[in-house]
Amino acid sequence: MSTPHPIQIHDMTIAYHKKPVLWDVDLDVPEGQLVGIIGPNGSGKSTMIKAVMDLVPKASGWVKIYGEDYSQMRKIIGYVPQRESVDWDFPVSALDVVLMGRYGHVGWLRRPGKEDRRLAWAALDEVGMAPFAERQISQLSGGQQQRVFLARALAQQARIYIMDEPFAGVDAATERAIIASLVALRRQGKTILVVHHDLQTVTEYFDWIIMLNMRVVASGPTGEVFTDDNLQKTYGGRLTVLSQAAQAMAEQRREG
Amino acid sequence: MLVENALRFLSLADANVRFVLFGSLLIGATGGLLGSFAVLRRRSLVGDALAHAALPGVALAYLWTGSKALPVLLTGAAISGVLGVLVMQFIINFTRVKADSAIGIVLSVFFGVGIVLLTHVQRVGGGNQSGLDKFLFGQAASLVDDDLRVMSVLAGLIMVAVALFFKEFKALIFDADFLQTLGYSARWIDALLMGLIALTVIVGLQAVGVVLIAAMLITPAVAARFWTEQLHKMVLLAAFFGGLSGAVGTFISSLMPRIPTGPVMVLVATACFVVSALFAPRRGVLARWRRLRHNRRRESQQHFLRACVELQEKIGANRALAVEELAIEMGLSPDRVKRLGRRLVAKGLVAAPDGRFALTAEGAEEGLFVVKSHRLWEHYLYYRAILDADHVDRPADEVEHLLTPEIIAQLEEILQREQGLDPARIVNIHGTGSHYRRGGRE
Repeated sequence: MSTPHPIQIHDMTIAYHKKPVLWDVDLDVPEGQLVGIIGPNGSGKSTMIKAVMDLVPKASGWVKIYGEDYSQMRKIIGYVPQRESVDWDFPVSALDVVLMGRYGHVGWLRRPGKEDRRLAWAALDEVGMAPFAERQISQLSGGQQQRVFLARALAQQARIYIMDEPFAGVDAATERAIIASLVALRRQGKTILVVHHDLQTVTEYFDWIIMLNMRVVASGPTGEVFTDDNLQKTYGGRLTVLSQAAQAMAEQRREG
Repeated sequence: MLVENALRFLSLADANVRFVLFGSLLIGATGGLLGSFAVLRRRSLVGDALAHAALPGVALAYLWTGSKALPVLLTGAAISGVLGVLVMQFIINFTRVKADSAIGIVLSVFFGVGIVLLTHVQRVGGGNQSGLDKFLFGQAASLVDDDLRVMSVLAGLIMVAVALFFKEFKALIFDADFLQTLGYSARWIDALLMGLIALTVIVGLQAVGVVLIAAMLITPAVAARFWTEQLHKMVLLAAFFGGLSGAVGTFISSLMPRIPTGPVMVLVATACFVVSALFAPRRGVLARWRRLRHNRRRESQQHFLRACVELQEKIGANRALAVEELAIEMGLSPDRVKRLGRRLVAKGLVAAPDGRFALTAEGAEEGLFVVKSHRLWEHYLYYRAILDADHVDRPADEVEHLLTPEIIAQLEEILQREQGLDPARIVNIHGTGSHYRRGGRE
């Protein structure tokens, strides 16, 4: 291994309440690419990226970031969670939220400084939200909220970006703004991992894709991997054998 | 008697009065401070469970040590309160019982045990002399300077901790997962916050009582939320409301002997809440009601203008319209039409020569815009419905008032491009070419 991959996942299995939701994931995510993660609902897309960031425990396997443990490398990872994962009626402004992207650099007990504020404003400007910086977040539209989340990740000044459904439920203008930001990041050599649900835009947006359905069905350059055959394997069939097996295991444990 | 008491209190000449006032100010302020975080984190009922669970600790501490010193009693309270919360967590984690039921179970069981022990203490340990009953409903007047010293230290600790960890608490409540990815331990910050909430409850026990202390967490915070959209302002305002409730509550209860302080404080805090809920700008009930009424007015006025335009279009003449004609067109009573019309006359959108209504130039312009919005939207729905039926959302009658000129332009562009629709023909009052009637196309 000459240069380590941005994200390397080895034999990772994840279980919720003892029910496996993701089996034996082996992946080497290439550097400087826009990578899409696609798969049906409940296929483990969000779970996979959360496991990469140690937000959910792994039942087995490991993840390396540029060859190092995640805990050593968290500063170089920027994260955009699903928009619905937070309460947008929280009393803060858009700028406050983006400043949170600087907290990792600010550290315990200290307050964001001038440089942090400058970076936060720059990030807001990048996604076209600077005019709304002082606006309370509940008064933003869904698309604007999503852009604020993106700006928060940009303010992290990361090398790897991990995003959970950034295009979900946004207007066309926001989708264009977000994809423009992602392309700009790629141009700077950053690696971007995006959980995505819209199959129609896959070939247009992504250089590389991971097709997931409780396991990695296929991964590789979009042109080679995004085939009818793989789509059938990923989306075809209501219950895969794996989910039936997981169900059976969970039931057995519950009784036992 | 009453006036005398009031004067004695307000002059602050009596050292004891000063202690009591300072103490209740402190309790109210810390309650509001931590309450803001507790409410936003949806932990306010956990605070309630903790407070009730503290009661047996107070009684046991007295029984074991025979001491009534506040640090001893509060230590007992803290231990059994935290134990109660741990039991609650255990129930939630390891059984199928849901959080609200677990809170209910812990709260009532611990409180029940506390009452039994308290009764026992009163029988055995010299009755009311023990003074433990003040922990039930609170008695600020019983605070002495030693108590106050203890409370001041604790309250000071709480305030310093909140100031130091403000940023961490803010991020934790908004997005704990994100905070975790930044390298902060969300679990430790959460535990710290919970610990501070517990401390706040403990500090207030003697003056407010276990039954009502949770209200001093919840009420000032909820009241403060009505006024501001910024966390630091909310926290300060809640502390202010809390302090105010503490001071005023103590004052009122000092006027009449044997009135417990806790309930009076809570009533004052509730008054703050009611005033906030009603009169706060933007978030208050009255502000909302006013906005709603404004929108409804605008809607019915636009309906009136649209009816005028469409009626004139139907009869093919630009003449004044009789109330009865409009009433039929709009499906409203003539009285209501008259009232609406008069309001529009006042606005200069409609003229009313000889009791009939005619659009002014300005009114015609707005009326045409509404008609256009309505028809474009109908047309768009109809067109979309062919493609996918689940896109038909709300009837055009509601939507036409919400469409901005930008959306209208967009609709026009889409329909022109994809449907070959001629926008000029959509609104065409006097000609015969208007084939976009209500309900889509012919």
